[in-house]
Amino acid sequence: MCGVIGILIRDPALEPALGSMLVPMIDALADRGPDSSGVAVYADGDPFGVGLERGPGSLPDLSGDSVTRVSLGSDRDLDWAQVGADLESQLGAAVTVRVFETGAVVRSSAVGQLLDVVRSRWPDVRLLGLGRALSVVKDTGRPEATCRRYGIGTWQGYLAVAHTRMATESEVTVLHSHPFVPAPDLCVVHNGSFSNYASARRPMVAEGVVFDSDNDSEVASRFLAGRLEVGDDLEEATRWVMKEMDGFFTLVITTDGAMSVVRDAFACKPAVVAETEAYVAVASEYRALAELPGISCATVFEPQPEEVYTWTR
Amino acid sequence: VDTLSCEELGTRGVNQRLKTLEEPASVNVTHPRGRHNLAVGLTAEISISVDGNAGYFLGGLGGDRRGRGPQIDVHGFVGWSVGENLMGGVIRVRGSASQSAGASARGGLIMIEGDASLRAGISLKGATVAIAGDAGAMTGFMAQAGTILIGGNTGHGLGDSLYEAVIYVAGTVASLGADAVVQEMTDDDVLEVKRLVERTGFDHIEPDRVTKVASARQLYHFSTHNHSAY
Repeated sequence: MCGVIGILIRDPALEPALGSMLVPMIDALADRGPDSSGVAVYADGDPFGVGLERGPGSLPDLSGDSVTRVSLGSDRDLDWAQVGADLESQLGAAVTVRVFETGAVVRSSAVGQLLDVVRSRWPDVRLLGLGRALSVVKDTGRPEATCRRYGIGTWQGYLAVAHTRMATESEVTVLHSHPFVPAPDLCVVHNGSFSNYASARRPMVAEGVVFDSDNDSEVASRFLAGRLEVGDDLEEATRWVMKEMDGFFTLVITTDGAMSVVRDAFACKPAVVAETEAYVAVASEYRALAELPGISCATVFEPQPEEVYTWTR
Repeated sequence: VDTLSCEELGTRGVNQRLKTLEEPASVNVTHPRGRHNLAVGLTAEISISVDGNAGYFLGGLGGDRRGRGPQIDVHGFVGWSVGENLMGGVIRVRGSASQSAGASARGGLIMIEGDASLRAGISLKGATVAIAGDAGAMTGFMAQAGTILIGGNTGHGLGDSLYEAVIYVAGTVASLGADAVVQEMTDDDVLEVKRLVERTGFDHIEPDRVTKVASARQLYHFSTHNHSAY
């Protein structure tokens, strides 16, 4: 079991409430995935709220199009406050850093330079995510506790993905946690399991694909990203996942402005969608949707097996 | 009529209170909000109204071996496995039901006024599952005994690996599963469907115009012709 969650905000007035909508959903699905969790949030501005980034008052203006958000994480215990301070002193006005217990989200107008510094200074640090709008945090332990410690209830944005993990195929660590971000602004969470992930990964490694963990879902997400990169649409790409990978899944897949959900042919893993004019939400179970605003007027349905549903911003 | 609020009592609290009730008690369960395991394992012939949407296993394990049990009326939809392993009593769902409605149910009646998702009546062991709307893929999978009535259309693989359960479909069948066959409706079948329509109120179903699906009995007998495969 795992819990998957996605919310796409359609009414901009709800964007400040994204985190407060998300936390009850994660709480409701914490029992489906009590060992770790991860949240990805897409925002045009600062998802973590004004004044939360390091060095308030002296923030450089990083609102331009050339700014990229880089989410970092590691399975090694690092002093992330120190990492943040070092990045700021080394890269100066080119970065703003928000540090968490297990990682950091860095906004940078000089990503190449940033990644070079990270690779040379902290070789155990991995990219949790990269993109124009996307920030990713992951941690082990009860998801409800992570939500409280990270203050996720105050986060803002127009799209969020979350995952509560009950590991069946690989270790419980930060880097084994979902969501996986196999390409810029592309985010994947998975409920289910793939049994042939080792043999599916082998040819990908031979082609030069780099993995951050031995998680089965990471294989599927990087496989999916590979198909999208060669020009498949999401429906074709997920069809390839079904063809090449042996297992069960409900996948929630997001890009900068869209959210998709797809289930395997046997609908082995649950999913429920609630759609209103103000938002579209998907979760493993209805009880995760039950507290959403206006849920009594929402169109609630279960995605059919093998059908790719996509909603855009 | 008593009211039990899930918000105040929690799932376990509500179920403990339901367990203490004796017939002819009548009770409203409020604020279910998709909670799992509501009203499970009850044997008294009490009347329970669930005011909203319920989660997994609603009313499961209810009733006794004589087929008696609570009457549960859900004013909303339900999650996976409503009435799983039901022994007796009646569950009416005013909305739709998710997967595996009535799984392994041995007695009693499960009525779904909306649609049922995949695998309704999976491994059915004697209960009746009546669906006013459509039924998803693999409905009646490996059903051993009992009756499934479908007022709408069915998905693929209807009655796959059926044993002795019988399926009546008013609408269209997308495809039959392995070892499932369409059989001619006998006069007794028409009477049976008529009785179910009266009981459920699903009167859009015309008893003499339904399709009967049952087992071809080719799969579950060992055959010496297939000796090498065993």
